[in-house]
Amino acid sequence: MIKKKRKLLNLKETVIESLLFLCSFFSIFVTAGIVLVLLVESWGFFKEVSILNFLTDRQWTPLFINKHFGILPLLCGTFLTTFIAVLTAIPIGLISAIYLSEYASLRVRNTVKPFLEILAAVPTVVYGYFALLFITPLLRQVIPGISGFNALSSGIVMGIMIIPLVASLSEDAMHAVPMNLREGAYAVGSSRMQSALHVVFPAALSGITAAFILAVSRAIGETMIVAIAAGQQPKLTLNPLVPIETITAYIVQISLGDTPHGTLEYRTIFACGMTLFLLTFVLNIFSFKLKRRFQEVYE
Amino acid sequence: MVNPTFRITGLDAFYGNKHVLKNINIDILPNAVTALIGPSGCGKSTFIRSLNRINDLILTFRREGKVCYHNQDIYAKDVDVVELRRRVGMVFQKPNPFPKSIYDNIAYCLKVHGIKDKDKIDATVESSLKKAALWDEVKNSLRQNALTLSGGQQQRLCIARTLAVEPEVILFDEPCSSLDPISTAKIEELIHQLKQSYTLIIVTHNMQQAARVSDFAGFFLLGELIEFDKTDKIFTAPKDKRTEDYITGRFG
Ligand SMILES: Nc1ncnc2c1ncn2[C@@H]1O[C@H](COP(=O)(O)OP(=O)(O)OP(=O)(O)O)[C@@H](O)[C@H]1O
Ligand SMILES: [Mg+2]
Repeated sequence: MIKKKRKLLNLKETVIESLLFLCSFFSIFVTAGIVLVLLVESWGFFKEVSILNFLTDRQWTPLFINKHFGILPLLCGTFLTTFIAVLTAIPIGLISAIYLSEYASLRVRNTVKPFLEILAAVPTVVYGYFALLFITPLLRQVIPGISGFNALSSGIVMGIMIIPLVASLSEDAMHAVPMNLREGAYAVGSSRMQSALHVVFPAALSGITAAFILAVSRAIGETMIVAIAAGQQPKLTLNPLVPIETITAYIVQISLGDTPHGTLEYRTIFACGMTLFLLTFVLNIFSFKLKRRFQEVYE
Repeated sequence: MVNPTFRITGLDAFYGNKHVLKNINIDILPNAVTALIGPSGCGKSTFIRSLNRINDLILTFRREGKVCYHNQDIYAKDVDVVELRRRVGMVFQKPNPFPKSIYDNIAYCLKVHGIKDKDKIDATVESSLKKAALWDEVKNSLRQNALTLSGGQQQRLCIARTLAVEPEVILFDEPCSSLDPISTAKIEELIHQLKQSYTLIIVTHNMQQAARVSDFAGFFLLGELIEFDKTDKIFTAPKDKRTEDYITGRFG
């Protein structure tokens, strides 16, 4: 009797354990699967288009008769919008972080932080139309020559979207700076601003850099805003006023279009995806390393 | 009768609802060392931290009563806290150098007060490191990060940093508690020298240290100042039984 029960119990334990294992490794399996698909499909692509060509050709026209497969215009579009986004988000995000961590009372801090997180929960498609229908017309008041689709407005809105990320992570980093450093700064007669900028900020620098990198990789991977508001014209230009196309926007364009599966045109998606994956992967590893270093210093 | 540097009257302090200092009355005299002793948690740190208003950083902190610095109430509305803290420096229990180079630790303190002249900064870095008896050990590595120094060296750097802004008073909150005997001896020696030109207040758990370095001593117990007098009086003929019990180690 006892034996039988134990057997059942053992079985139950094993089942539960393997279920738990499966669940926790599910996302890892899926990621591995995605990487595998990316590898296989881009392998197919690079058999027909040389990597050198892919990296150096200055045109991206896979859907035209005269086909070119140079990733540079798309990369350029991605960097342009990312650059504008980061330029928007970093100053505002950092200033908010400094305010929240060094100036705000406990009550303000506890009210504002959840708001920041709500801002991060707005669907990006909303931001996309915000860029197209609000920011672009607004910019046109100042810059009459700006195109209806352009890198500038989508970059700015992308920046607005990542402000909460920058603010929240930088605030965490500054908040983690031990109180006794601030006390040291105040004890020699620093003002709050001096203590914040010259003592707390440098002490939190690696955490803030990690926030910055995360923001960059978020901007690189952002899709909806640029697909809606930046246009779909791969162009090797740094002019923020004309339509461009980012890697992500291109992927959406092809995925939603009627390009037949298995063709070379279709495989461009995976080559682009691979590029994107490598970019953000490297950035994330970098930020992870920085974050760890930061923790080591203060624990 | 000399004018006291600090005159504290009826000081009460609270963290939230917790009443941690009760009706403290004390005069701190210039160019003397005042030692504060008492068991853990009796409010010594709270007391000296309210002399340069560093406790303002603690959001739950609240006080009543008067702390007068040269006859000026430091908690009055029109007081420039930054200037107060420049004049009343503080060295903390745990060394807290800034995560900058040794040189910049001191240079920062000068820049804060608008001193930009490179020669003046260089000279002050050297003179304050010399006063803090650290110069010989670091003169060849001024650009090194201060966090790479030993605990005792870091603490002397913190003292140098405090001296650089030329305060009148220096508050020491258990400056030697995380240091080895050699570093402790160095810092005690330093306190001895600083006495010539500064008013010093030192919190310590070390009775011998209090007896060695101080001119006046105050004994705190559960938020009250039980006794305050010349150090030799406190240590040889305390008036209060509780003081006697504490300094002779009979305290429960
Ligand atoms: N930030 C704070 N919030 C709430 N209570 C505090 C805070 N800091 C100190 N206290 C309390 O106030 C009382 C006095 O603390 P204080 O640090 O002044 O004691 P102390 O005499 O310096 O002790 P020690 O010798 O251990 O340093 C203690 O009961 C302590 O628990
Ligand atoms: Mg203390």
